[in-house]
Amino acid sequence: MTTASSLPVPQLADDLSTPSLTLWQLGWLRFRRHKMALFGGVVLILLFIFSFGGAFIYTEKYANFNDTSQRLLSPSAEHPFGTDSIGRDILARTIYGGQISLFIGFVAVLIETVLGILVGALAGFYGGAVDAILMRITEALLNIPTIFLLLVMAKFFGGKIPDIHIGERAFSGSVVVIVVIIGATSWMYLARIVRAEFLSWKEREFILAARATGTSNLEIIFYHILPNTFAPIIVSSTLSVANAILSESYISFLGLGVQEPTATWGNMLDKSAKYLDTSPWLWFFPGMLILLTTLGINFLGDGLRDALDPRSRTV
Amino acid sequence: MLQYIIKRLFQGIPLLIILSLALFLLMMNLGDPIATMGGRTLTRPEDRERLMRQLGLDKPIAVQYLYWLIGNTWTKIDSDGDGIPDKNGTRLGILRGDFGTSLVTRKPVTEMIGERIPNTLILMVASEIVTIVFALVLGIYSALRQYSTLDNILTALLFIGYSMPVFFISLMSMYIFAVLFKKWGWPYLPTVGMFDPQVGKTSAQVLWHMVLPVISLSVIYFAAYSRYIRSTMLEVLSQDYIRTAKSKGLPRRQVVYVHALKNAALPIVTVIGLDLPFLLGGAVVTERIFAWPGMGRLFLDHLSRADISVVMGILMLVATAVVIFQIITDIIYAWLDPRIRYN
Repeated sequence: MTTASSLPVPQLADDLSTPSLTLWQLGWLRFRRHKMALFGGVVLILLFIFSFGGAFIYTEKYANFNDTSQRLLSPSAEHPFGTDSIGRDILARTIYGGQISLFIGFVAVLIETVLGILVGALAGFYGGAVDAILMRITEALLNIPTIFLLLVMAKFFGGKIPDIHIGERAFSGSVVVIVVIIGATSWMYLARIVRAEFLSWKEREFILAARATGTSNLEIIFYHILPNTFAPIIVSSTLSVANAILSESYISFLGLGVQEPTATWGNMLDKSAKYLDTSPWLWFFPGMLILLTTLGINFLGDGLRDALDPRSRTV
Repeated sequence: MLQYIIKRLFQGIPLLIILSLALFLLMMNLGDPIATMGGRTLTRPEDRERLMRQLGLDKPIAVQYLYWLIGNTWTKIDSDGDGIPDKNGTRLGILRGDFGTSLVTRKPVTEMIGERIPNTLILMVASEIVTIVFALVLGIYSALRQYSTLDNILTALLFIGYSMPVFFISLMSMYIFAVLFKKWGWPYLPTVGMFDPQVGKTSAQVLWHMVLPVISLSVIYFAAYSRYIRSTMLEVLSQDYIRTAKSKGLPRRQVVYVHALKNAALPIVTVIGLDLPFLLGGAVVTERIFAWPGMGRLFLDHLSRADISVVMGILMLVATAVVIFQIITDIIYAWLDPRIRYN
């Protein structure tokens, strides 16, 4: 929302009027009352502490260390989440897997948001042929369930990127592939939202005023219109993180996602169906962590939607 | 109306062509189709050259796409490798209903997909019916008793269902209803396949094997639908005509099921109609877990072997279904709401 310009308020009313709140202040006030959203936020913080704090307790070497004499052990004091089919500690793997899963979720959404804003803003602002072309592409991509696109692209790019070494740690190149393809196949809904916002905002008087003072198109798009569309973008992007994490787990579950030895919650589940009747801990812990993450994000997104709704003025 | 349908169909065609072109470009890099043809035996270089020529894989990608789209009966192809085009092609192209031949099984793709479609549809239709029935009952109940204890519990449960990955609910239901029930000596449900090979493919067997996949799929879709039905019903119930109906002294039952539900049905039908073809996406994971011989598994199996014609065939079929369902939804919408006229 545009911050209300400082209207000349009569001196007398000064003590009586309540201070005016910006959308963000108002949003925070409302968000604090949304118990489910706060709960979602707390769950997410705990998951971050688990994934990144846990790294201080277990080393990555330990997470990838396999001891075949310790296969498929049920949860015990030594291995709280048990061990997998080649004797790796599942707790340590869920910690390092969580880092990758959360990283993929957030970075993929970053890509999605940039693409969605660019496509939506250009289509909505310029209209005409630009709009027609961009929206046809958007519709064409929306015409096929995302999982199919993801699988085809995962197969297409899979194995083409070498492993990445950061400091001591090595990451499978497939992480990059997965991040990019999730970002590239999920921007369409956001683009539509941004386009609709741009269509309505570009007709306002302040845009006319900006044009009259000779402001460039790019400046109008990114400086004058875009900040007004932040609320729906934030809500949509937050909910997208859940979808990105789910997408990663689906493709990894189907064996086309992030490759071993790099763990993600999704690829830890890949082979677990084979041991369904003997070792339920193989799928229970990673699956539960994915569920908690998406649940937390959905609660948070729902709260943000209510809190940032510009039409609602109740505190 | 007919004019509108024809117009929409013509709008859908360029969309599908853009999509098919993009997908076809992706397909070209899926892997080596020749390597997957001979199974484990290594293909000799001269055989490879011959196969490439016979399959048209030696042609530039634009020509390959054209052959895939409209076939090659209209042009001469070089069948014996002497560089001189000598015979008319035999492919009809997807526009004339020829999806090509699978590189793996050498069977026509239409036949392979045709075998699998009924299996996928039976699963989809069953889960959709279960989903809609439960979502309607609970959605309406929640709307009528907003903020009651049961409504709050349902809302929380629905959030969980909505956030649930399909494979997690599948594995969990398999573990509870098959593994644990078996352990406790209770009658347990089968986890994989469509029927017990020792009994044969009877309807009872298929129904029995369907229970778990249908539960898993329904839980996921049910959550989203019943939330949607709840909010739509709430919106309708606050309308003036509902107050009028109430003040006329109509029985509550009639107000809810005739005046409110009929009007709430409009957006609900739209969402269901637009979502239906997207159920096929959920089928990919479910069919894999439950070893259900449907289209989703066919897709996965042949994607991993770079069998382009099968993969392309399934993708185009799904995309076409999406376009057609959009049009059907529009038609139903106009039929339900007499105010809407497409001109």
